[in-house]
Amino acid sequence: MATTTPQATFLDANEIVINMGPQHPSTHGVLRVILRLDGEKVLGTECVIGYLHRGVEKIAENRTYVQFAPYVDRMDYVAAVSNGLGYCEAIEKLLNVEAPPRARYVRTILTELNRISSHLLWLGTHALDLGAITPLFYTFREREEILKIFENYCGARLTTHAFRIGGLQYETYDGFEEQVKAFCNYFPPKVDEYEALLTGNRIWLQRTKGVGILKADEAIDMSVTGPVLRASGVKWDLRKAKPYAAYAELDFEIPTGPNGDTFDRYMVRMEEMRQSIRIVRQAVDKIPEGPIMAKVPKIMKPPVGEIYHSIEAPKGELGYYVVSDGSTQPYRVRVRPPCFINLQALDRMCRGHLVADVVAIIGTIDIVLGEVDR
Amino acid sequence: MPEEKPPEPPKPGESPAAPAAPGAKPAPEAKPHLEKPAVAAPTGPVGAPWSGEIVETLKSTFPDIAIQPFAYLTQNYLLLPRESIVPVAMFLKTELHFTLLADLTAADYPKKEKRFEVIYQLYSFSRNERLRLKVPVGEQESIESVVPVWSGADWMEREVFDMFGIRFEHHPNLKRILLPDEWEGHPLRKDYSILQQDERWVRENLHIESGQ
Amino acid sequence: MQLPLPPAIAPYFWPVVYGVVLLAVFPLLAGYIVLLERKVMADIQARLGPMRVGPHGLLQPIADAVKLLLKEDIIPEMTDKWVFWVSPIISVVTALVALFLIPMSDLLPVPDLNIGLLFILSLTSVGILGIILGGWSSNSHYPLLGALRSTAQLVSYEVALGFAVVGGLMVAGTLSMQEMVRNQLAQGVWFVFYQPVAFLIYFIAALAETNRVPFDMPEAESEIVAGYHTEYSGFRFALYFLAEYSNIVIVCSIATTLFLGGWLRPFPNVQALDFLNYFPVVALVGLGAFCLLGAAREARMIEKLGMAGLGGAFVVAGLVCLVPAVLTAISGLFWFVLKVCLGIYTFIWIRFTLPRYRYDQLMRIGWQWLIPLAIANVIVTGIVMMLWQ
Repeated sequence: MATTTPQATFLDANEIVINMGPQHPSTHGVLRVILRLDGEKVLGTECVIGYLHRGVEKIAENRTYVQFAPYVDRMDYVAAVSNGLGYCEAIEKLLNVEAPPRARYVRTILTELNRISSHLLWLGTHALDLGAITPLFYTFREREEILKIFENYCGARLTTHAFRIGGLQYETYDGFEEQVKAFCNYFPPKVDEYEALLTGNRIWLQRTKGVGILKADEAIDMSVTGPVLRASGVKWDLRKAKPYAAYAELDFEIPTGPNGDTFDRYMVRMEEMRQSIRIVRQAVDKIPEGPIMAKVPKIMKPPVGEIYHSIEAPKGELGYYVVSDGSTQPYRVRVRPPCFINLQALDRMCRGHLVADVVAIIGTIDIVLGEVDR
Repeated sequence: MPEEKPPEPPKPGESPAAPAAPGAKPAPEAKPHLEKPAVAAPTGPVGAPWSGEIVETLKSTFPDIAIQPFAYLTQNYLLLPRESIVPVAMFLKTELHFTLLADLTAADYPKKEKRFEVIYQLYSFSRNERLRLKVPVGEQESIESVVPVWSGADWMEREVFDMFGIRFEHHPNLKRILLPDEWEGHPLRKDYSILQQDERWVRENLHIESGQ
Repeated sequence: MQLPLPPAIAPYFWPVVYGVVLLAVFPLLAGYIVLLERKVMADIQARLGPMRVGPHGLLQPIADAVKLLLKEDIIPEMTDKWVFWVSPIISVVTALVALFLIPMSDLLPVPDLNIGLLFILSLTSVGILGIILGGWSSNSHYPLLGALRSTAQLVSYEVALGFAVVGGLMVAGTLSMQEMVRNQLAQGVWFVFYQPVAFLIYFIAALAETNRVPFDMPEAESEIVAGYHTEYSGFRFALYFLAEYSNIVIVCSIATTLFLGGWLRPFPNVQALDFLNYFPVVALVGLGAFCLLGAAREARMIEKLGMAGLGGAFVVAGLVCLVPAVLTAISGLFWFVLKVCLGIYTFIWIRFTLPRYRYDQLMRIGWQWLIPLAIANVIVTGIVMMLWQ
């Protein structure tokens, strides 16, 4: 983190080193990127991270399983509900319990709404980086509707701690289905509005097509997952490959992109928003009656063992590797952070592009520094 | 979701859990809500052996490497010796199509003879199957880097080095990634005390004794 | 108005008065253009914009001006002090002098230079010096990069602008600003209908000349902080800001004068449409009514009174314009200002709709598309004019 940057001798050297410092309008948090440039062309990048490192994995070893649950929201704070889902499901597997069907459906609905809100935030900030100032305000307006649903359900908008180990704590409130259905009707024209502003826009196409190409084999080699991998042409989604929550019973498609450039990642995420609405529509009609909490002991002491469970978070594969020593506190919790691993591909994607494209590429990977650094 | 209880017989290769005082954590001081039960300090998770095509192929390709297959809650893993990681990994990637290195991490079991365990989570698209590799590494030992096999291991290994102090041979750029370069100590080790870290910082920067 | 002045200073007296008034009034006007931009921006983005300072935020520019004037004047240590000090002055002085030469009405004492348009364009070219010197003297990465990029962009698009203007000049037949408008009156048609391509090229080049989106890479926040004026703060930044908004007014004014008929109303020669002469009255009274409606919806009494007062002032002004002498005096200025406002509104509209071009794409558009198109336009215009004879 304290790497010394060589002084820029920009007038007489072939190579300039420019620092996009931790405080920068476009690095989406405290990310420091050191660029080696030849004029305007990027020769290489180096990311310096860790400004937001809070030692979440160490904290986990000193909290009980239930006490640790709110901490996972704070990692990818934009998609807190997904983080909570992954953690709760991992511990449920370790305890060998299964959440009841009603809980699984409500979890699916909230997680998909969270996926939409995460993608909306991504879209607004990505467009803002590329100079289109207006979509940010529109996407945040839509995001408000989703955050209202979260607030009505669990009292919090951003770091929700919506789920509990074994199911849900709160029953759905009166009017939950109506509000979700109203959102499902309100939202699809808005996606069309964003597409009208951006997808056909010649300037947008020129800024995003052919920029930051990541081929499929490179992506798999770099352990990239999520929309970035799907835009490179690999049709793989954990919701279909290893279904969890209620996804096995719902019908949806996995969008992929042909080339793996910024435009494809944009199109994949737009289509994912539409598919999420489709999932929510189906799920909200099918919520079964029943208990919302499985039988879990008050004091959770999973047997000695380990588990690796991963879900498809909006950013990629979010995995939890939990080792239990039979006590009330986990022995080791490892969070597999999709943003951290996707960020490795930044160097590969930036080679040969211009400085202005670096901003576009950082935006298109969709990083949240809370997850990169944990 | 598996419904059956996991089997519990002692495994070959795993020493039985010896009752001992909890790691090197400071003795719990008046924290009534955090009840540390008198349970054995762990020497690692236990699992039942499994066999299958992958194990057979591996055993036949690497007859002189002690590969021990286990499974816990239907998740399969292999215990491998330290020296064999790169050949086995390369074989798994190229021949058995485990092309995605989903995660690379480590865990610290100070009671064990080789205290660290480097854990690789692999995934195969064509088989839609996960596999875990666990490699015990001793305190002063180093392990070969798998960056030549999966280049995504780059930052993951740097993080393991940062948090545990395990050195990876032939890694392109092994230096700390999340903590400042001049940080001393490796936080995720069990003998790294946050309290001591805090006391040291307060002493160095505020020149008083931390009252904790 | 004839005053008993010695003949040595008589021809200079009214222009000087006009210049002084302009110098005094224009910074405030520029502040209100900024407020207009913020309000239109807010409207496009589904929100309200400044609402607190004054009724509907109408006193916001005064608050901004006071803030900028009271800020600490930070001069970084390693700068070239004299150049750092003079650069914003160059930008502002050239912009204001160019503004002085624009005839906003046939009755205003603007000197009628026979090379008017050429002089104004050369002044804007000199204004580019203010940018490059500001970036250079800041002695820092980002301003230098921003200044170099900005200069290259401005110089390239000046060529395109110039060729587009040449197209307009060929139909206008003169470089004098006042003469151009009188020619449009004589020929009975605005030159935009003769030279639509030139107008479009001019408009796009004007966007680039004033560093507006989609051509605002040199000052794009997300790339290089703030470009050439990164190191400027307080009053010096206010000067750059003033220069930028003056440039917007200047390019819109040139477009209005050359292509859109200057101070003439639509169809100035058609007798049947003479009722359009009363449009200023309708507009002012309508504006007043709008303000009064807004006053009715205000929550607090002081804002109600403020808006009502404003509305009342507009209505009274509108009614005063019914007097023919006042109407003829005010009419030219009104139409000119209306057209310039439409131009500024379009600038703002484009800024908040489109993303921005990357620098190399920006230069490519200027050199590979606009300049050849503008040259082709000149050639075609020449051929057509020759055949017309």
